[in-house]
Amino acid sequence: MSGPGRIGDGEGATLRFTFDGVPLRARPGDTLAAALLASGIGLVARSFKYHRPRGIMAAGVEEPNALVTVGEGGRTEPNTRATDVFVYDGLVARSQNRWPSLRLDLGAINGLAAPFFAAGFYYKTFFGPPARWMLYEKLIRRAAGLGKAPTAADPDRYEHRAAFCDVLVVGGGPAGLAAAAAAEGRVMLVEQDRILGGNIFASPTFVPSAVGGPAARGAPGVSTSLDTNGDGVAGLPSSVRVLTRTTATGVWDHGFVTLVQRLVEPGEMPLPGQPVQRLWHVRPDRIVLATGAIERPLTFAGNDRPGVMLSQAVLGYIERFGVLPGRRVVIATNNDDAYRTAEAVAAAGGEVVAILDSRDATPETRFPVFARAVAVATRGRRHHLATVEAEIDGVRQHFAADLLAMSGGFTPVVDLHSQAGGKLDWHADIQAFVPGASLQTIASVGAAAGEVPPIAAATANLPDPKHSFVDFQNDVTAADIDLAWAEGYRSVEHLKRYTTLGMATDQGKTSNMAALSRLAGAAGVDIPQAGLTTFRAPFTPVTLGALAGADGGGHAAPRRRLALHDRHQALAPIWQPLGYWHRPRAYPRAGETLHDAAIREARAVRTTAGIVDVSTLAKFAVSGPDAAAFLEMVCATGVAKLGVGRGRYTVMLREDGMVMDDGTVWRLGEARWLLTSSTGGADRMEAHLSYVHRVLAPHLRVSVVAQQEHFAGIALAGPLAADILTGLTGEIPPTHMGFAEASIAGVRVLILAASYSGERAFEVYVPGFEAGPVWDALDRATRARGGFPYGLEALEFLRIEKGHIVIGAEADGRTTPHDLRLERMLRKAGGYVGAQALARPASSAPDRMQLVGLEAAEAIPEGAMLIAATGAPVEGHVTSAAGRVLGESGIALGLLSGGRARIGARLIASTPTRGRHVAVTVTDPLFYDPEGARYRD
Amino acid sequence: MTRYSAFALLKAGLTGQRGWDRAWRDPAPKTHYEVIVIGGGGHGLATAYYLAKVHGIRRVAVLEKGWIGGGNTGRNTTIVRSNYRQPALHSLFDFALGLWEGMSDELNYNVMFSPRGALFLGHSDADMTALAQRGDALCCDGIAAELLTARQVHALVPLLDMSPDARFPIHGGLIQRRGGTARHDAVAWSYARAADGLGVDIIQNCEVTGITQSGGRVTGVETSRGNIGAGRVGICVAGNSGPVAGLAGIKLPIEAQTLQAFVTEAVKPMIDTVIMSQSLHCYISQSDKGGIVLGGDPDQFPSYAQRGLPPRVERAAAEAIALVPALSRLRMVRCWAGTTDMSFDGSPIISPLPVDGLYLNGGWCYGGFKATPGSGFVYAHLLATDASHPLAAPFGLDRFAAGATIDEAGVGFMPQLR
Amino acid sequence: MMRIDCPHCGPRAQAEFAYERTLDSIVTIDMPADEAVARLYARTNPRGLDDELWRHGFGCRQWIVLRRNRVTHEIVGVAAFDPAIHL
Repeated sequence: MSGPGRIGDGEGATLRFTFDGVPLRARPGDTLAAALLASGIGLVARSFKYHRPRGIMAAGVEEPNALVTVGEGGRTEPNTRATDVFVYDGLVARSQNRWPSLRLDLGAINGLAAPFFAAGFYYKTFFGPPARWMLYEKLIRRAAGLGKAPTAADPDRYEHRAAFCDVLVVGGGPAGLAAAAAAEGRVMLVEQDRILGGNIFASPTFVPSAVGGPAARGAPGVSTSLDTNGDGVAGLPSSVRVLTRTTATGVWDHGFVTLVQRLVEPGEMPLPGQPVQRLWHVRPDRIVLATGAIERPLTFAGNDRPGVMLSQAVLGYIERFGVLPGRRVVIATNNDDAYRTAEAVAAAGGEVVAILDSRDATPETRFPVFARAVAVATRGRRHHLATVEAEIDGVRQHFAADLLAMSGGFTPVVDLHSQAGGKLDWHADIQAFVPGASLQTIASVGAAAGEVPPIAAATANLPDPKHSFVDFQNDVTAADIDLAWAEGYRSVEHLKRYTTLGMATDQGKTSNMAALSRLAGAAGVDIPQAGLTTFRAPFTPVTLGALAGADGGGHAAPRRRLALHDRHQALAPIWQPLGYWHRPRAYPRAGETLHDAAIREARAVRTTAGIVDVSTLAKFAVSGPDAAAFLEMVCATGVAKLGVGRGRYTVMLREDGMVMDDGTVWRLGEARWLLTSSTGGADRMEAHLSYVHRVLAPHLRVSVVAQQEHFAGIALAGPLAADILTGLTGEIPPTHMGFAEASIAGVRVLILAASYSGERAFEVYVPGFEAGPVWDALDRATRARGGFPYGLEALEFLRIEKGHIVIGAEADGRTTPHDLRLERMLRKAGGYVGAQALARPASSAPDRMQLVGLEAAEAIPEGAMLIAATGAPVEGHVTSAAGRVLGESGIALGLLSGGRARIGARLIASTPTRGRHVAVTVTDPLFYDPEGARYRD
Repeated sequence: MTRYSAFALLKAGLTGQRGWDRAWRDPAPKTHYEVIVIGGGGHGLATAYYLAKVHGIRRVAVLEKGWIGGGNTGRNTTIVRSNYRQPALHSLFDFALGLWEGMSDELNYNVMFSPRGALFLGHSDADMTALAQRGDALCCDGIAAELLTARQVHALVPLLDMSPDARFPIHGGLIQRRGGTARHDAVAWSYARAADGLGVDIIQNCEVTGITQSGGRVTGVETSRGNIGAGRVGICVAGNSGPVAGLAGIKLPIEAQTLQAFVTEAVKPMIDTVIMSQSLHCYISQSDKGGIVLGGDPDQFPSYAQRGLPPRVERAAAEAIALVPALSRLRMVRCWAGTTDMSFDGSPIISPLPVDGLYLNGGWCYGGFKATPGSGFVYAHLLATDASHPLAAPFGLDRFAAGATIDEAGVGFMPQLR
Repeated sequence: MMRIDCPHCGPRAQAEFAYERTLDSIVTIDMPADEAVARLYARTNPRGLDDELWRHGFGCRQWIVLRRNRVTHEIVGVAAFDPAIHL
């Protein structure tokens, strides 16, 4: 009997799962890898490039070969390490990257062509026009990739959580447990495995020391029988918060740590309401890294064959899972640790055929042991190891074996230390980098700190570098490294990028050191001189779902609702987004298009009346003895001379002189002002006002309160508006650019007489929670006179006719007040934000983009370019387009080079993307009631 | 320089990959060069190539403080396009796009330029109008761009969430079919090899620590590998523009800012086009190897740390899943960050500096990769002739003092708003 | 994600704050035009310490000055913005 299998009678295998459709059994606690080995399955995958048969090499997250797809439908998780998923009842697993089957994969033809597929081969061919490259690319892309992504949506939930603690211990092995037990204050311990104890199972003789505490073995209260998925771990104080199946993925600025916690296994269905994964944001005061060490493979031809495994992994499969991965075992090592594996194999009923020790002197052992011995090649039968070819003191010898347990030493896991900016020191006795000086309050303990067995350095000679794998997952061989060196890709980063070494999903966990060793050999330097690549988060791959948390899908951005949302919704409007806000665009009747509705609504405003929700305008209460002086810093127009009860239009500039926002300013009282500005610029204006106040003019006695969300606003506009208002308030309405306080439907409101539409109009402001009855009253009264609510589309028609600019359209962040014909409003003495930059020469160049009106016999396309004739250079564009409300022609506003001097010019508004070219005439940007007779008193 | 070809590959395969020579030499610095380019990224190496190839100036050194292509060229998200709204920008980028189309053949190195389309999504009527405006500006200037309906977008990217209730509903898009992706590292290597083949010295592990001047004119540089004289010095160091210009006592309208990107594990082909959005900062594409490459907002504060804020990656993931729900179970395998040189109008600065013989090419913000060949070409022109190439003329440093900025986003001088 | 010790609120996560500009780029209303424009468009942008103006937007909403290393992100000083000191 040969190959992997369960030790003993296989009792207790109560979990059912399938692999490539074959029903199998597992014991609770088995990883998928352990269960597959227990079932005698050694062939699990096909490699990325050459489609070589691959099995299980490791027992943990460092596994480079055994990638499978787990789960079904929207829960499908491709590229899952079989060593990093615990079997649950009903688990469905499939192998990847093979066709038609794992055993008979046509992709293996790539392996035959391997001599031509050396590293970087694709840079040296496939020339020709890009269209031809895209044909090659189609084939390459299909061959590339590993698993297949799901197409169905993910049905499960993800969560984010925050935590604070005094000490975060990363790693629940012996060193981590000791550190957590000894730590003071609020302690958190995270472990990526399902159980604590780590390599306790694998290292009965190896005792790491702990930070400031006793050694793990024999430490008071630290037991070795640990199996937990939550609190109350035997041996740890109950105050220690333990998270298993939780990986620390990154350490960021100032010790900020991200963790990913798996509440269910990949592909497993969660309980109702339970998230499948949780992303933690943790801010510990101190971090202890007990992240252990990862065993290194040895580099020799055929080291990627199923049946070749890491020595401690073999030990772990025997002692933790009761699985013997092979019956006739060869051990290849450069350190003492692998001898324990030999003992375990024998105790489990296997035969240790030989121990190949590359050192000159070997420890005492009862097994056949050879010094100065290395494995140089393997041969297989039926996709599994059959023979190990060794070189012992220069002489070749063969061993029949179905398992080769290799140990090339141990690499302390220093990723998180390094991410935090910590330096690394080289320890030659273990041929590894260990944590050196750290910038933050981070300490490393145990194997992570370098407490691993010493090894003999690797020899440089490889008889067959072409089949000696260094990066298993990306199929990078020692020969590829040699080639990169020969071609001059010698910096470790160039080597990595040219060969793709270390860039697979395992991020080089089992390949980095072997690669550096080969690079150093080629360069004739020691490994530390060869360099080291940067460690990048995440330590192990993290699903995008976990990163998104609850903010994925429909919650990816908030929706801001109007206080009057329900009133609008009852009228079935077309909703329009602006940033996060949703506002009614129009209220179409049956059979009406958007355009029909907008024209009807706008006409009502011009002929009777209408009401529109203007709640989203930014509003700021500015008060204090120096409020006027403050406003004159922010606003480029006159402000201070406004009398109480009066308001005016105003414009605010950016420091570079461009128009940033516009609005109105009102003097509500001696030292009480109201500033309004655009919806889209509300947050920007709030920050700007704060800057001007607190940074530029902190001596001014003024208070600024942002009130955008507090007040709802309803504008009532039209020739009948004054009448309607009087009917509701019982009072004479305020004069143009005046205001008043009044009551509507028993609610106190502020009424500002400002006209955006060009008709007599009143903006009614009321706290949002009281707005409903006010809207109802205005709505009833307006409908009674033949008017109705109007939306933003109608508002666009109305304001374009009046030449009112809009922030984001005409004022696009690149226009000065002069460009927009607002220069006469500017205070000549300056003293406002932006005045200094306006003095720059280009600010008044005659060919600048300047505001113009445009008129045509048909609708003018918004966004179209303004050109003299087809093929002529672009001279401007249409910023906002509509039509005459009470007419037929198309009108628009635009920005035109030197436009102010070109009234009467004939141009074409050209939109090739929409297939229209409209003849337009340049006009004054004011199409309706130029004297303002409609709204003035 | 051995010529690369399928035949050469075949021969090499049969002879155990012998016979390839070094892609570029590792020369010691000479004592003097006609032109020194500080910065061995894609732009600097392209500049050196065009200096030699187009202007016949071969006594050129590219000084790189680390390994060539280690900055933007080694960490960008590989998108190539020219569909900018502002004429000065789309003209320069489109010139670059034309060079991309012939780059592999010209340099005899496959940079895998793949014109698979650069698609901007529109999520509202306002977005679609903005996209139409951008498209019209491009078409009227002779650069092809097409407006797509929602159905056409769906046909291109079947995995987009097309439901009307989606948080970011798809109304349509604007596509530049000539845009796409390229193998970023290969751009540095191909220009390096070609420039080296023309006699340019590429000197790595050589940090410039001083810029020497005499009588208001540059005379050379001090480096970690000794002093080197030069007739002209062109700074081309992207995120390090501030400190290097500071060596000559010059302050710039540039601030360094971190931008992150990340990639998932490799999967079989699922997204064929480059997806960007008119109103979201999230962008998505799939590399040839199969990983989904994603990016989002910059970190919005000054930094050289090349280490980013986790919330930016989380936000990008959230937006990406909202756009393409099938991404949820794919795993980010690596995230990284680079230092972008944010200019104060979002446009590059290709200009002489106030010291004679000293020049700057920088301020590309997060858009430099797509410009690489064009940037190198026009910068070589400036370094060779001391006059701006017409395409680079709008991008002088003096535009800020004059008020003639070119601001694609219209947000002004604060880099963190860009 | 830096930890910033707001003088008013204590230690808070960076996500609550927004960077504004460097102290030496603040332009006051009374500056002559040339000087104002020069300050607006000139930054040292050092690979090292600089004095920066930040706002605690999701907290006290006040302005603070950080003396911060742009390479390591080490914060060596935090103070409430005070024009007498910082302008």
